[in-house]
Amino acid sequence: MITAPQTTRRKGSVRAGDAPWVKWPLIALALTFMLVVLVLPLASVFVEAFAKGWQVYLDSIRDPDALSAIRLTLTASGIALTMNLLFGLAAAWAISRFSFKGKNLLISLIDLPLAVSPVVAGLIFVLLFGLHGWFGTWLDDHNIQILFAVPGIVLATIFVTFPFVARELIPFMQAQGTEEEEAALVLGASPWRMFFSITLPNIRWSLLYGVILCSARAMGEFGAVSVVSGHIRGETNTLPLHVEILYNEYNFAAAFAVASLLSLVAVVTLAVKKIIEDKTGRRGEKA
Amino acid sequence: MKTTGFRLTALALIIAALIGTAAQTSAQQKLTLLNVSYDPTRELYQDYNTAFARYWKTKTGQNVTINQSHGGSGAQAHSVIDGLQADVVTLALAYDIDAISQSGQIPANWQSRLPNNSTPYTSTIVFLVRGGNPKHIKDWNDLVKPGISVITPSPKTSGGARWNYLAAWGYALSVNHNDQARAREFVTQLYKNVPVLDSGARGATTTFSKRGIGDVLIAWENEAYLAVKELGKDKLEIVIPSRSILAEPPVSVVDKVANKRGTATVAKAYLEYLYSDEGQEIAARNYYRPRSKAVAAKYSSQFQKLNLFTIQDVFGGWQNAQKTHFADGGIFDQIYGK
Repeated sequence: MITAPQTTRRKGSVRAGDAPWVKWPLIALALTFMLVVLVLPLASVFVEAFAKGWQVYLDSIRDPDALSAIRLTLTASGIALTMNLLFGLAAAWAISRFSFKGKNLLISLIDLPLAVSPVVAGLIFVLLFGLHGWFGTWLDDHNIQILFAVPGIVLATIFVTFPFVARELIPFMQAQGTEEEEAALVLGASPWRMFFSITLPNIRWSLLYGVILCSARAMGEFGAVSVVSGHIRGETNTLPLHVEILYNEYNFAAAFAVASLLSLVAVVTLAVKKIIEDKTGRRGEKA
Repeated sequence: MKTTGFRLTALALIIAALIGTAAQTSAQQKLTLLNVSYDPTRELYQDYNTAFARYWKTKTGQNVTINQSHGGSGAQAHSVIDGLQADVVTLALAYDIDAISQSGQIPANWQSRLPNNSTPYTSTIVFLVRGGNPKHIKDWNDLVKPGISVITPSPKTSGGARWNYLAAWGYALSVNHNDQARAREFVTQLYKNVPVLDSGARGATTTFSKRGIGDVLIAWENEAYLAVKELGKDKLEIVIPSRSILAEPPVSVVDKVANKRGTATVAKAYLEYLYSDEGQEIAARNYYRPRSKAVAAKYSSQFQKLNLFTIQDVFGGWQNAQKTHFADGGIFDQIYGK
């Protein structure tokens, strides 16, 4: 009944979107937009990075401050990833397998870091661990340095990347249900055996997808980390902060060389994401 | 098969993270100083730190590594107040070190502990214009003409910007027989010509030189020289106004941090060596005006003579200037809010 008028209308005239004078300009517009907003900036990073040749490029990356920034970025994102992996699994497990009071609140709370501006996220840690913050005096008395040191950077990174793994897993595990796991338990498998032989293989692509997004975000984080870092060269500068420093020192080729490393991370992320989507047949739709 | 792969990757990740943190902590067992400074001193302290490390090694046999942190002067002072472990601060203006002092980390008499009000080098505020000076900018009164686009950072966040503002105000006072109302009118006109306020001096310099916005940049003398050196004499030119302010960027040991870390002696020596011939030479080479008469004479061709007034003489010191001009609701808010 409802579809009938549509079919009759179709016979009479071509749908507005199908006319060539609508279709081609729209495609051209979309392509131009993509070229200007996405492809050109990315390409310009690499062009600028190699503007002064290979030697300058390699030297900029082998510079001790750059190496230390790379090390710090990998350390911080490695720890953040591990923590968020464990947390994400636990949270997704709890939410998809059990029902309890405050479950919806928990789901909303997991999303909180996505809603909070990264700068505010950084300031939260200043308020907590700064010398005049809540725990400031206690930390100072015990000679523990969190803010303007590696622990602060790790905490800020964990905070901003908190939702990524959990958000990927929760809908997937909810959709999957518990039958296979119950079968395993009934057949006498230990909980660990069940987890490693049933649950983990089932969720592995979703998990990997979350891990990829989480690590890309962790390595690229600027705002929150900038607030808590203290900008000490060779000590508390992550890669994105190092790019800013080099740029501010008129060292444009070096800035873009280091930026190209971050862009490579982005390209690799994109490629892996595509592979996972192909493997699992999830294009756009959230499983 | 695939599950084992996953377990192994997860394990490898955790181990990598642990090794990373372990390496980080073991690297902190040597004598280090942290110098928290403002934006345009990067090149100066890069040179000076090498020289001081060499001096300290010959004098005491100790190896010392100096770490640097740079940013807007006010923001840097705030980080130190919040617990950034600075052994020494070398900031753009005394007001910012006063703020750290008020938080209890530096004694109130800090400015009298080193010669020349604890300012080992000075600078002043000059103009940077496009090559060939197409808009014929010669002095402060050219900046208030209609159609001239002026770049200067925000005095709310940048120390350099406060010096810029006060230099303009001081010039206006001197040509208007100390009439405060006329000076205010002049500065209001000037800020009407400012299309964008960057947060720091270095940001404003890149806005002007790299992004090509504006006809004239009001800048630290050292910052202007550096921009010309980096980007070429054909692209940028320095214009020295008839009058400007004597900018005194001060230095201090952060006693609370240095005492806790056991670096008080080396931190004090680090600042004192700024007054030595070598320290003064390095300052002059990086376009800061040296205090030493001998070094100043050697570099006299580099620093043009101009009428300089001090903040003490014209504004009664930083505390007063801050309260009248830059505090919330102060004169800057009134003229820029309009």
